[in-house]
Amino acid sequence: MIQVAIIDYGVGNLRSVEKAFAASGVDAIVTSDEAVLRAAERLVLPGVGAFAACMNALKEHNLEDLVRERVADGVPLLGVCVGMQMLFDESDEFGGAQGLGLIAGKVKRFDDRLHVPQIGWNQIHLRGEHALLKDTPDDSFFYFVHSYFCAPEHQEDALAVTEYGENYASIVARENVCGVQFHPEKSQAAGLKILKNFAEMDVHRTDVL
Amino acid sequence: MLAKRIIPCLDIDKGRVVKGIKFESLIDAGDPVAQGKRYDAEGADELTFLDITASSDKRAIVADLVRRVADEVFIPLTVGGGINSVEDVRALLRAGCDKTSINTNAIKRPELVTEAAEIFGSQCVVVAIDARRDMNDKDGLRWNVFTHGGRNKTELDAVEWAERVVELGAGEVLLTSMDRDGTRDGYDIELLKAVTSRVNVPVIASGGAGKLEHFFDAFVAGGASAVLAASLFHFGEYKIADVKNYLRGRGVMVR
Repeated sequence: MIQVAIIDYGVGNLRSVEKAFAASGVDAIVTSDEAVLRAAERLVLPGVGAFAACMNALKEHNLEDLVRERVADGVPLLGVCVGMQMLFDESDEFGGAQGLGLIAGKVKRFDDRLHVPQIGWNQIHLRGEHALLKDTPDDSFFYFVHSYFCAPEHQEDALAVTEYGENYASIVARENVCGVQFHPEKSQAAGLKILKNFAEMDVHRTDVL
Repeated sequence: MLAKRIIPCLDIDKGRVVKGIKFESLIDAGDPVAQGKRYDAEGADELTFLDITASSDKRAIVADLVRRVADEVFIPLTVGGGINSVEDVRALLRAGCDKTSINTNAIKRPELVTEAAEIFGSQCVVVAIDARRDMNDKDGLRWNVFTHGGRNKTELDAVEWAERVVELGAGEVLLTSMDRDGTRDGYDIELLKAVTSRVNVPVIASGGAGKLEHFFDAFVAGGASAVLAASLFHFGEYKIADVKNYLRGRGVMVR
């Protein structure tokens, strides 16, 4: 059985995500094949570029309902970068677009007095405990590239925050749905560890660190 | 806190790393995968490849190189050199590259910057600007943009061009001082300040690094978000860790 399926809906640098899982010893494949996505143990939702374009591409590939159904069945889902933003209700980008609504909250643009996009290595400050964070020290650096950030409605959904102008949620989780704003596949050993944790975490016992 | 970045730059010819000696002969300096892994282990924050391959199968060669590096090096990769279409950008991104750096072709066809940014996002579109101080300017604070690896002068003002490419959709500016490139006299801080004070995207400083304090000056006096250096690291004068330890000691946030 496929441990992790990376959802290919035509956007992003998916090869790097696949290779990063492989380097973590996890069997992962990139696919748009519905049967494979339905059989996989866990799903990764990638995303780069514009939020609305990503949501539209997911719909055009007829994969939006599949994601919802699998999440409802309790399958662990990891959103990466814009993939994390897509987990939320809506984004302010280009006048507003609807997301998957799996985690309550909005996606907002950084203050234009900052450099936008934020590009580079920034730290995470832990706010919760979760198996996704196993062996991840507080203040670890990860690689971020984004102009918008997630503002969860419920504070407890933020497992970690990162400071850029203000503290924003850089890792979120609610039940079997998780998201990371940074690129774990471009964050050296710290990023590979997060991917491995995702592949190995017991979704029913996410309190186990 | 967001860290300042140190980015080694590797020149690539036909899939191999090359080093220029006195601007003339190129010597083979090894396998890009091995070099990339070495810089990754030494703490490089990203890697930039400047592809100078002149052959007709250039695109296939560089995509293969990106694939091989990206399979083993898990830090961001930027590729520049001859990118002139959305399809070029797409092929590189699919191979595992994160950002593409566009220089001459952004001047020839500015829409390319916008097209790439709209399809793939601004974050993967870097515009590289090669600038040389205009000696006829009365204040000495004007810089001309050059194309084709610095061979051809344009009438574009570097600061105005930087503002323009950000409007077009560039997510980052790679700013090279041709006056300082290869001199080891330090980055052109006046040029950097002129650009960083006018654009709100990150600016990568390039050209002139020779001493540790040059990096500090680029960040603190010049307002750079990242620095690029080639020969200083290739020839082993400094390790990336030396630069980072020095910067940390002077209060600059590095990873």
